[in-house]
Amino acid sequence: MGNRLGLRIALFGGVALALFAVLFFRLWFLQILNGDEYLAEARNNRTREFRVTAPRGAILDRDGEVLVDNRTSLALQIDPRKLPARPKRRRAELAELAELTHTSLRRVRRLIKEGGAVPGAPVTLRRDVGHFLVYYLQENQDRFPGVSVQRVFVRHYPQETLAAHILGNVGEINEEQLKEKRYRGLQPGDVIGQDGVEYAYDRFLRGRAGVTRIQVDALGQPTAGGQLLSTEPVPGDNLRLSIDSDVQAAGEAALASIGLPGAFTTMDVHSGEILGVGSHPTFDPSVFTRPMTQAQVNALYRDPILAPLTNRAVSGLYPTGSTFKLITAVAALESEVITTSTPIYDGGSITIGEQTFQNAGGAAYGSVSLVPALQVSSDVFFYTLGWKMWDTGELQRWAHKLGIGRPTGIDLPGDAEGLLPSEKWRNDLYERGGTDRPWSAGDNVQLAIGQGDLQTNPLQMAVAYATLANGGTVVTPRLGMQIDDPAGRVIREFDPRPRRSLRIDSEYRSAILEGLHAAAQSPGGTSYAIFGGFPVPVAGKTGTAQRVGYEDQSWYVALAPYPNPRIVTAVTIEQGGFGADAAAPAALRILEAYFGKRSSGVAGPNGGSPG
Amino acid sequence: MYATRTRRARPEPFTVRPGIAERLGLPYMDPVLGFSAIALAAFGVYTLQHATVNDVPSQPDYFVDRQAIYAGIGLLGMYLLSRIDYSRFRELRVGIYTFLCASVSLVFVFGVAARGSRRAFDLPFFSFQPSELGKLLLVLALAGFVIDGARRGSARQRTVRYLCLGFAPAALVFLQPDLGTALVLGAITLAVMYVGGVRWTHLTAIGGVLAALVAVVLVAAPTVGAPILKDYQQERLTSFLNPTEDPGGAGYQQNQAMTAIGAGEVTGRGDAATQTRLDFVPERHTDFIFAVIGERYGFVGAALVLSLYALLIWRALRIMTLSKNSYGILVAGGIAVMLFFQVFVNVGMNLGIMPITGIPLPLLSYGGSSVLATLLAVGVLQSIHMQARLSQQGRSAR
Repeated sequence: MGNRLGLRIALFGGVALALFAVLFFRLWFLQILNGDEYLAEARNNRTREFRVTAPRGAILDRDGEVLVDNRTSLALQIDPRKLPARPKRRRAELAELAELTHTSLRRVRRLIKEGGAVPGAPVTLRRDVGHFLVYYLQENQDRFPGVSVQRVFVRHYPQETLAAHILGNVGEINEEQLKEKRYRGLQPGDVIGQDGVEYAYDRFLRGRAGVTRIQVDALGQPTAGGQLLSTEPVPGDNLRLSIDSDVQAAGEAALASIGLPGAFTTMDVHSGEILGVGSHPTFDPSVFTRPMTQAQVNALYRDPILAPLTNRAVSGLYPTGSTFKLITAVAALESEVITTSTPIYDGGSITIGEQTFQNAGGAAYGSVSLVPALQVSSDVFFYTLGWKMWDTGELQRWAHKLGIGRPTGIDLPGDAEGLLPSEKWRNDLYERGGTDRPWSAGDNVQLAIGQGDLQTNPLQMAVAYATLANGGTVVTPRLGMQIDDPAGRVIREFDPRPRRSLRIDSEYRSAILEGLHAAAQSPGGTSYAIFGGFPVPVAGKTGTAQRVGYEDQSWYVALAPYPNPRIVTAVTIEQGGFGADAAAPAALRILEAYFGKRSSGVAGPNGGSPG
Repeated sequence: MYATRTRRARPEPFTVRPGIAERLGLPYMDPVLGFSAIALAAFGVYTLQHATVNDVPSQPDYFVDRQAIYAGIGLLGMYLLSRIDYSRFRELRVGIYTFLCASVSLVFVFGVAARGSRRAFDLPFFSFQPSELGKLLLVLALAGFVIDGARRGSARQRTVRYLCLGFAPAALVFLQPDLGTALVLGAITLAVMYVGGVRWTHLTAIGGVLAALVAVVLVAAPTVGAPILKDYQQERLTSFLNPTEDPGGAGYQQNQAMTAIGAGEVTGRGDAATQTRLDFVPERHTDFIFAVIGERYGFVGAALVLSLYALLIWRALRIMTLSKNSYGILVAGGIAVMLFFQVFVNVGMNLGIMPITGIPLPLLSYGGSSVLATLLAVGVLQSIHMQARLSQQGRSAR
């Protein structure tokens, strides 16, 4: 052997050395060169992330009374991707789930097929599941793959239907919304405001979801004490609305007592703070927190006449009737068509061109100037003004300045533009063949008393009245007053700038207010029967709008207290008849609630009987 | 010291009483070899304690206790073997070989099945895996056959004889099925033949045949629909070439082991280790114990372990050169290859450069049979060393 053996041993040693070198090199490569990568991979390996939804902020009224907060609910969710693949097993599981949740297999299947708001996301089968069912599912987890029970926050409405249209509802973010900039950073399954202030102030209310990272083993099972670093959810901030619950409740109750579709808006004339805004018929916002029955869906979404989800105060489109006369008066005075004392003869009717326009009810008031014309609501007086301004555009100019036919800028979705008929609008429409005739004096005559093609809503009217009342500031109506953090500290106050400022001569302002005050609280005034006995001096105007195919629509807009009003309230009742019949009593109840006083009936301090 | 001094005070001119170390034979042993073996065994027990603390509910020390006992028994066996002249095994070669083949065959009859293979006897206190001890037995027996048959037959006949002798038990073990141990037995056979002076041409031919065989088994046979390996074996053997192909399958284990080792970085993650503590790495107390070391103790720990193995192999090679006879050279060479092959394949498997073959890491992987067999093999090395020292002493004394 000798040398040859020595060679073999040396060779073996050399090979061993080389192979050990390979191992060392590999070890160095894994641990030192690429260690960071592997460490990251290992860290990632052992954790699973769970999103923890943040409680949504509460919504309060101006006095801090809770309008919306949260309750927790256990929701049964199905992850379609984790259901058994074999049809038989899948069917068996779904059938058992349907039985456990007292629903039909068909409905479960339909829900899964429709999917969540975002495809592939877990589907909520049922909310508010009982503890018994939760325990049962937990004990039999292996029989229900893909089923989980999540603790979710559900909106809770302690005041029930109060302010339902303002508050709006919340819902899971959908696919389109996920792409929007305002929802950046949100994920499928997150809940956002879908309407009302829930929508408008969503970014304050929604908070930020947290992430819990749980240590899991290779089978994905959480390990004992394995909760790791987690990002706490940040609760949403509270939104304080300018709503006065008493005013709001009074307005809603007044509408409800009439029982006809209608709306009201009550607003601070200086700041634009909305004290109450409501629409009838209303709905129970909590229906959105539970699965809806078909009947509920039909009632909410498929009734074009009652349309309970529509906020008529903001989105309604109506002619205003005589409540428009304030605007006509402003336009006529400012464009010097009349002075505050110019008399116009009211013989009960006026003929312009081939058309004859009559006073409502066939009354004739003789020679009237502005104040009495407003007091008795002389149509002929305002017909004349409309006629005199028919080709000057002054009426439209001032109406537009006062906010008619344009969005008010309120912090609610559905802020309607409306329609202010003008010469240009009508002629353009005529050229396109949308109507049978071009603009004529008659159109302006109609507009002067809030008839014809005019389409506006209580909110726009309230803004117009407030502008006159405050001396020319077109306020931005707003509901959101401030944002409080969850501890109650004010973190932000909203004080939107007025839309614009007008110059309204103070002589004109006081003359018009005087006319409106006389209409409300002087004998012979159109709403004296209603406001005659109300202890707070009020300036108010009735309106009775004719709508083709409907009964007359009742309007009332009031400013109080006269002569330096703080608030404006505008009420409209579809098919409510004369302004004094339906809308004015509703306005009275709102003002009563605001001033906290009870009217002692018609025989008030001002005395007298209705004229 | 005090006692020695008093003894010297009493004159006894005719006998020199050897000291306690002398009587235990310690001066004739290889201290480095002993140190590396004991260090590795201790490190193995220490690692197991952390790796398996949660494995058996309410018995955190289940694996540690057992491994410590096996190691204790193994160390005792190592010592006893080192005091026996290994040359005796040469005379017992036929008996050893018969015992080897019988024990690995009897497993088919009396063995307990675990994960689809029968490779162990269920003894009252532990399950004994004869193929583990068989590695050492094959070294001892085959080395004997090589020495004795060195002058019988032509070179080619001898080569074929050795091959048959070595591959017979390997084939039996392969059928259990235990691919890993079969490969070790094959490696031992080739190593003994290599050291035993089989011609280079023959070795080259064997190498060529083996390469062709691997190609047939892994590529050709499955393609024509006559697989020789079981599916999982095939998958394990080939998945390391492309571990990311099926992260959930066989490649998964290796990926997780590599991730574990990589995550250990320089100094290891200690108790923050998650890969090997939370079941991401399978078989972490046996085949993938090196991943535990890599993750917990980092490059420092893993390199230390590799260095200890290098030390062990180096001493084994050194003992080859010291051996007083050819049998010792062959046995030491066989044991060196047996250890090195297992270390390289196992560590390579953990590091993602070798296929998964189910070969334990000597002294570190949990398993009584393996620890015992490895320590006995070290005992045989010590014996060769001791006999060499004793004969040197005898020569110099003469």
